[in-house]
Order: sequence, then C-alpha cells, then structure tokens
Amino acid sequence: MIPRFGKYVIKRGIILFLTVIVATYITVLIANMGGYVDEIIKSDLYLSISQSIRQNPAYKALNETQIKELINAIYTNELKKIGFDKPFIYRSISYLRDALSLSLGRALFISSDSGSKNVRIIILERLPNTVFLFTTTQLLLFFIGLFTGLFLARRYGSFLDKLSVLFAPLSSMPGWFYGIFLILIFASFLRLLPYGGMVDVPPPSNRFDYALSVLKHMILPVMSWLIAYTPINVYVRRTFFLMFSSEDYVELAKAKGLPESLIQRRYILRPTLPPIITDFSLTLIGSWMGAIITETVFNWPGIGSLFYQVSVMFDSPVLIGLVVIYAYLLALTVFALEFVYAILDPRIKAGGT
Amino acid sequence: MSNIKQSLRTLFAYRSALGGLIIILILVGISAYTIFAIPYDEATKLWRAGELYWLNNPRNAMPSWVNLFSFKKMPETIILDTKKPQLGASKALIPVSDKITRIKIEFSFNYEYDDFPSELNLFFNSNFNVSAPQLTIHWVKPNGGSIVLKSFLLSKGEDRYYISNDDRLARELKSTISRKINETIGYDIPITILLFALEDSSILDPSTARVMKGNYKLWIDGIAFEANMNLDVKLVVYGKVYSWAGTDHLRRDLGIALLWGTPIALSFGVIASLSIALIQMFIGAVSAWFGGKIDTIIQRITEVFMVLPFIPILIMISTFYKFNIWILLVVIIVLSMFGGSVKNYRAIFLQIKEFPYIEASRAYGASNFRILTHYLIPKVLPTIIPSIVLSVADFVFLEAALAILGLGDPLAPTWGKIINDAHSNGALYKGLYYWVLEPSLMLAVTSLSFAMLGFALDKIFNPKLREM
Repeated sequence: MIPRFGKYVIKRGIILFLTVIVATYITVLIANMGGYVDEIIKSDLYLSISQSIRQNPAYKALNETQIKELINAIYTNELKKIGFDKPFIYRSISYLRDALSLSLGRALFISSDSGSKNVRIIILERLPNTVFLFTTTQLLLFFIGLFTGLFLARRYGSFLDKLSVLFAPLSSMPGWFYGIFLILIFASFLRLLPYGGMVDVPPPSNRFDYALSVLKHMILPVMSWLIAYTPINVYVRRTFFLMFSSEDYVELAKAKGLPESLIQRRYILRPTLPPIITDFSLTLIGSWMGAIITETVFNWPGIGSLFYQVSVMFDSPVLIGLVVIYAYLLALTVFALEFVYAILDPRIKAGGT
Repeated sequence: MSNIKQSLRTLFAYRSALGGLIIILILVGISAYTIFAIPYDEATKLWRAGELYWLNNPRNAMPSWVNLFSFKKMPETIILDTKKPQLGASKALIPVSDKITRIKIEFSFNYEYDDFPSELNLFFNSNFNVSAPQLTIHWVKPNGGSIVLKSFLLSKGEDRYYISNDDRLARELKSTISRKINETIGYDIPITILLFALEDSSILDPSTARVMKGNYKLWIDGIAFEANMNLDVKLVVYGKVYSWAGTDHLRRDLGIALLWGTPIALSFGVIASLSIALIQMFIGAVSAWFGGKIDTIIQRITEVFMVLPFIPILIMISTFYKFNIWILLVVIIVLSMFGGSVKNYRAIFLQIKEFPYIEASRAYGASNFRILTHYLIPKVLPTIIPSIVLSVADFVFLEAALAILGLGDPLAPTWGKIINDAHSNGALYKGLYYWVLEPSLMLAVTSLSFAMLGFALDKIFNPKLREM
C-alpha cells in the first residue's frame, strides 16, 4: 500500500514541478512581450550612455563621429555585461533559471516604500497586507458558509432555508462592486469609515492606535466580500450537505437513533471534508495573490494592486517574481492536499489514480 | 414542439426564472432600440466629441427625475437663441444710417427653481467686415435692479462670454451687494449666486442663500459701424439637472453610454460565456474520449493555465496592444479555453464514455468525430446551460472591471467606462452619486436577471437539485 502511494506522490510531485516550470516560462515570455521590454531597456541604456558622454567635459574635444564610436563601444560593452548581446530566447532561459531559483533580481521601474528596487523586498513588503486582509475574509466566509450550510441543511424547507435560496443570485455581483456601494454609503454619505488605504495618514505612532486604524480600514473591504460571497457560499454548502444527508448510511444512522450532532459530525461532515478542504485551501492561496480590482477600489497596498501596477508598467521582473511565488505556493498546496486526502479518506490511499 | 412548451412551463413555474427572463427581454429590447436609434459609429463619435460639441449641456448635472423626489426644484437648462424664433429671445438690428446699425437683443426668462444655475454663458455669432461692434450687456433682476455685466468689442465669427467665469465681474458684484446689505460676504461667492440670489443677509452663507424667483432679463445693446451686418446671440443658463440620465464632467449625456452599454454588455457576456463553455466542453470531451497521450497533454496544459494569473496577463496584453472590445473578447476566450472547468467536463465525459449507447455506436463503426459531436456532447449540453447563463454576469463584470482599471476599449461607451470616469473625477468625494449609481444599477440588474434565470435552470436541468 504505502510504496504504491509513495510512487504516486513522487510522480505527482514531478508533474507539479514541470507545470510550475512551463507556467513560469510562459510568464517570462508574456511579461517580456517576446523581447519588447528588452528594446525599452536597450534604448534607455543607449540614451543614458550617450547623455553621460556628451555631458562629460573630458570628451569635449572629440568630434561627432568619434563621440558616436565611443558611445557605441561603451554601449556594446554594457550590453555584454548584462547579457543582452545574445538573442532573447537564450536570455529567456536564464530568466527562467533565476525565477525558479527565486533569485528574483531587481525591478525595472517601481520601487518599494523603503526605496529598494529588490523584487523580493518589494513583494515581501506587500504580501503581509494582502495575506492579512484576505485570510481574515476567507476564514470568515468559510466558517459562516460551513455552519450556516449545516444549519440550513438540517432545517430544509424552512423559511430561512428558502431565504438562502432566494439570496443566492446576489452573489452574481463581485466583491469590488459591492465595495463601491459601501464606499458610497459609509465613506461618502455617512462619513463613518475611510474611503480606502490601509492606515490613517500619517500613520499613528502608537502600536495600539495603528492596529485600530488598520482594523477600521479593513471593515469595508471585508464587508464587501462577505456581502458578495456569503449567499453563494451558504447556498453551495447547504446543497452539498443536503445531497450527502440523503445517502443511505446517513439514513441508517438516523434509523439507529444516533444523536443529531453525531450524525452531522461523523456521517455528513467527515465524508464531505476532503472537497471542502480542497476548495478552501485553493481559494485561500488564490486570495493571497490579491484581488486586483478590490485592492484597487479600496486602495489597499497589497499584492493585487502591485500586480496591477507592474502589469501596466511592464515591470517584468516583479511580475515574474509574483507568478513564480504563486506557482510554487499553489503546487505545494496541491501536493500537501494529496496527503491530507490520504489522512481524511482512507479509500484514497488505495486508489493511486 | 410540445417538448419545448413543456420545458417552458416548468421554467415559468419558478417565479424567479420568469422575472429574470422578463428583465433580460427588456434589456434586449433596450439594445435593439439603441442600435437602431443611435448607430454605433455615431455613438462613439458623440462620446468622444469633446466638450465643444456638448457646450449646451450643464456639467455634472443630475438626471431630471430627481426633481420628482425632492421639494427643492433643481434648475433645468434654459437656452435662448436669437437664431431660432422663440418666446423670450428677440433681436433687432436697426440701420440708423448707411454707416451705423443699432443692435438691441433681449432675452427674458422665468426662473422659478429653488437652486442656482451651475453656469451662465453667452455665445455670439456675427459677421462684419471691418470694425467690430461695440456691445454692452445688461442684467435685470426680477426686483428691477439692473447691472452692466460687460462692455466690449465683439470679435469676428464665433465669440463667447463665459459670464460665470468673469472674475472681475464677481469682485464688483460682491462689493456692490456687500455694500447694499451692509455686511461683508466672507466666502468666495460664485457669480451664479450673485446674479440670482435674494439680496439680503441670507446670501452671507452659501447654504442659506436663496434664489430670487421671477422674470430675469439679459439685454444687449450695441452699435455696429456698418450697415449689413448680422449678429446672433445664444444665452445658456446651465441647470443642475439634465435629461433622464444626467451628464458627466465633459458635459456628455450619460444616457448615450447607459444605452450603448446594454448591447455591449449583453453581447460581451453572452458570447464570452457561451463560447468558453462550448470550447471547454469540447476540449474536455476530446480529452476523455481519446485518452492516452492526448489526454495527458490536455491535462498538463490545463494545469499550466490554472497557475497562470488570468487578470494580470489580460491587463498586460491589453495595455500592450490597446485593442478594441471585440479583440479583447477573443483574448479572454483564448486565455480561458483551458480553464479549470475542462477537468470537470472531462470527468463527466469519462462516465458517459462507458454508457452502452456509446459502445453501440462504436460497434456500428461511427467515427471519432461523429461520436464526439453526435453522441457525447449533446448528452452533456443541456446540463451546462445553467452554468452558461450564470457565468454571463461574470464576463459582464470582467469587462466592467477592465474598464474601471482604465484598460477597456477607449472608444466604446460602456457602463464600466462611466464608473471609471466617475472614479477618476472623484464622484464619490464630491457627492455626485448618480454618476456611479446609474451604471452600477444597470450592471446589477443585468447580472441579477441572468443569475435568477440561471439558478432556476439549474434546478430544472439538475433534477438532483430539484428535490432539494
């Protein structure tokens, strides 16, 4: 049993890693627009070299052709130094190698709040903001969905249950859309909460006040997502539990006269846990890449707004960095889920396909 | 036929489905009307015509129907033009001698609104040969008080006088009224208030200043130094409400974008959702049917696409190429072709593949293509209709989101574009709620109608849910 499972896990691991490599390489190609970004860098380089030489008094005596020769010589030298003398396709491979080994290099255009151009610092500066906001949101969504779903499944056909079915279409509108309304009501009309951002400007020096200020800024984004996605979450979970509670073994448990709570825990929740956990973990990881539009609407300084900034500016190193980190995170999660499945559902261990 | 009737009857048993369908039909009706009433070329032209074209419209005006819900009557725009014969605009060019023409133009209008106009402009159109006519513009309030607004020499052709932007006049009027009520006006008072307000102490604060209701006159007298000259003048008293939709910061009629947003949103959403679902289903079917190497390759491609961040790539591509909305649609379809749903479809087809009727078709020698298109896909097609309907809203919002990020089609007047304009001009800070609410309402109604229909269809096509 175990060796078979081990072999399967190794195979999955290799496939996942290959997926990460291919996805990263595609990103390298897209983020550089097939070499277009290089052209920008080259022309920038040429411009800065020619400017520095023309402004240098030491070269004043040279005539136009000599200056041009000098510029060209320095330019080709510089190109060789940053590896730009080879065609793009060769360089894309070295970009890929750097990306996969997480040596993310330096950003082309943007810099972190502390002024660094190091991609890793830029990303790490934004990541906690997004992780904090969206983990909170996703956890709230998950538990509200789970418990309300269980509750409603038990009271199938009740008024509340019908209400949950009625409200489900509200989730056809995305979180940022509700965000606009919330800003309109709570920031613009009632002037209770801030329009956006993460802390007051200037940030409070006191730790406690700072935390309070962040919480105050979090209310609207979290609320917008709760309003947008709770109805569908509750509906999906409820339907899911309902389907499972009509299984024969549940009926049998009921017939045996087992207490309601035990049936829920052991006969409904346990077998439905693997898909629920998969769903939650993938959503959670996905949410760490930030919600581009929500973060832009609320001006939240997270990964989502960083994604937006770098995509518009073609800051390919940062973009590649973001995608690589996401790909690794996703692959690791999927890999870890294989083990979680094996623990939760004994049938899977024997499977292997 | 009876089959269709039967399914329609089942569908209408769900009130939400009926409601959703009715709203969708209304939206389709609006689209059809829009396409015929304002051809697309004209709409984009109007939308990008710039401020000069819309000069008769007030800036940032609310829709007119707000007056129905408020005791305070907001002003409509009053346009008086000597070119068009109408009450309240009169023009007389009296030749005094062969060298001199006397000009007398008079506008009069009733102003019974509770709020001040937003702007006040005069537009001149004249032809003369050599010497410019000398004009003096007078303003007469309902209480009889008369003021000279400006005396000047007209320039040839088109000329205009933005009364509400005349700083010199503002200072003058401010000190005159201050003297009259024996108190100093402490704030930067706009000319529209100075010209239209009751001249008592209520004017000291912008929130208490009240309109002097009644008949206003603006008259121009002047002398032209030649005989055969012509002069036409247009007075525009800009209101604070406009039409059924209001205007934006460039004085454009928001109605155009609200109307045109409908067919664009509908077709974008339906085409994207339908074609993506069909392509994904086809890929899923191919993957399940052929199995082996083809299956492996398709599955790996799907996994790669699941890792790639969809929106950033879409943003990059659309920033780079700046396409119009239909190419954007194709890009979205291509990027979502290998989405995660391919895996779901494959799982479904793997089950169907083992059904006896497939085996039978294989036995009589049906080709792979025939089995795919005639036996496998038709079997699954009905069950994916609900998800196609449900995901229409997603793509409508995707288009809106791209427009809000400033990445949509720069030409097309869409709902997202209005929200984008509103956002970048601080509509929510300035309290111009209608600007955001109107397109948002359209988006909300559209997505809700498809969602209501979709959920009902889901119950009909997936009987397991119907029991629930």
